[in-house]
Amino acid sequence: MTAILWAFDVVLAVTLVALAAGVLATASLFRSIVLFIVFGLTMSIAWARLDAVDLGLVEAAVGAGLTGALLLNTLGHMRSQAEFTPEPSHGPGGRLALALAAGTAGLAIGAAVWAWPDAFAGLGDRVDTHLAESGAQNPVTAVLLNFRAYDTLLEIGVLVVAVVAVWALSPMRGRVLDADPPGLVLAGFVHLLVPVVVLVAGYLLWMGTDAPGGAFQAGAVLAAAGVLLLITGRVAPPQLQAIVERGAVVLGLVAFLAVGVAVMAGGHAFLELPDAWATTLILLLESLLTISIAIVLVILFAGGRTDAAHPPEDAAP
Amino acid sequence: MPVVDLLALVLMLTGAAFFFAGTVGLLRFPDVYCRLHALTKVDNLGLGFVLAGLALRSGLLTVALKLLLIWLLVLLASTTACHLSARAARHLGVEPWRRA
Amino acid sequence: MTLTLWYALTGVALLVVGVYGLVSRVHVLRQIMAVNIVGAGVFLVLVAGAHRRPSGAIDPVPHAMVLTGIVVAVSATAVALAFARRLRADADERTDGAAREDEARAG
Repeated sequence: MTAILWAFDVVLAVTLVALAAGVLATASLFRSIVLFIVFGLTMSIAWARLDAVDLGLVEAAVGAGLTGALLLNTLGHMRSQAEFTPEPSHGPGGRLALALAAGTAGLAIGAAVWAWPDAFAGLGDRVDTHLAESGAQNPVTAVLLNFRAYDTLLEIGVLVVAVVAVWALSPMRGRVLDADPPGLVLAGFVHLLVPVVVLVAGYLLWMGTDAPGGAFQAGAVLAAAGVLLLITGRVAPPQLQAIVERGAVVLGLVAFLAVGVAVMAGGHAFLELPDAWATTLILLLESLLTISIAIVLVILFAGGRTDAAHPPEDAAP
Repeated sequence: MPVVDLLALVLMLTGAAFFFAGTVGLLRFPDVYCRLHALTKVDNLGLGFVLAGLALRSGLLTVALKLLLIWLLVLLASTTACHLSARAARHLGVEPWRRA
Repeated sequence: MTLTLWYALTGVALLVVGVYGLVSRVHVLRQIMAVNIVGAGVFLVLVAGAHRRPSGAIDPVPHAMVLTGIVVAVSATAVALAFARRLRADADERTDGAAREDEARAG
């Protein structure tokens, strides 16, 4: 049995490295991106192998799904440029020097990893000791929403900043698909799938306190449904002028800050969840975070602003 | 080995054989339409066998039903993806392969 | 070799491939993908290192960090891609403008 598992680990590692090399070496950008999506999916298998099911779920939805969609969308915008770009611009000597430099850095980090002690508890024991008072049975959720809630607060802040940056950088091209309208099959698929996706997101959110899942997984899955609705033309791209969308973007951040400050009234430190309320507060925060994460990811995909000065392209002849 | 585990093993190996055939098809078939045929039909059947084996091994009805749901969703998604790929290929003017 | 060591070294290999790609590739999309591959390598090292508890359970703190990291990576990628699109659009505008000027001079 162990031999089979080792064979699996070897195949998986070789596949990952080969896919990464393929992404960077393939001449066609479209193929590069497809390989990158496959790389993300293969990563999620690696997460599962390392008992990181939470990460596997996020990687499949975000790392492979949304990042892939973002890249393909941008490639579509850049079509005027030749898809096959001259690569690389360095001579053989330059390439060798670069490879040597990267390889040396890798050897140094590899040596550091090699010197790791075989057994290392990290902060795991402390998390286990305090898990009962965290309000969540899933230790990863306990860390995200309670023990290290600061990180998650800043993360949702980063998401909001990213929306502002994308918004500021570019007017949105009105539609994200080419002139071809979506076929009946795709439309029917989306029709069937979206309710199921909403159900799955709710399940992931609800289960997240006790089992793998939570706001990020649920938000990413919801965002995938949003992207599908967007590219099939079922919904118009989000207009950030609308108070509803703006509210949804900052909802998670505002709720996080509000909860963080509100607990201080009870004599706790900022973001220190009182034990008795922890489960309720975590679920409340996660629900609001799910909405914000989903809408932020959809806006990042749609990319940019729509305004009167730059009418969407599909309005043009 | 209990009979149930043996049956599960046989089912999963059958599934693996279908996956192998599908992959050979993907690599060897002459054009995009044939390859899609190999991928979507053979692999989905393979996945069905693998999931049936896993459901037997788990021995839990809830797990079996979730696996069934996963299979149905994959069927739906791969059908749609197959249709979209074939449609895009036709849109680009890829001619179906004919024996010379 | 342990499971931890094997996957951590895989992560290091991804990091090397990604860094080499980042400095040797020219197209901005490929560079953005290279950064993502470097990120995946770093995440793999972190999570592999979380798999060393004597009890056999995982250390959830690196898992939570990496989960945060994946979401931050996708938002950073989105911003990078917005920059790429903007650069492209500006370059197109300049080319179009230059072409119009050429036409005006020729006419």
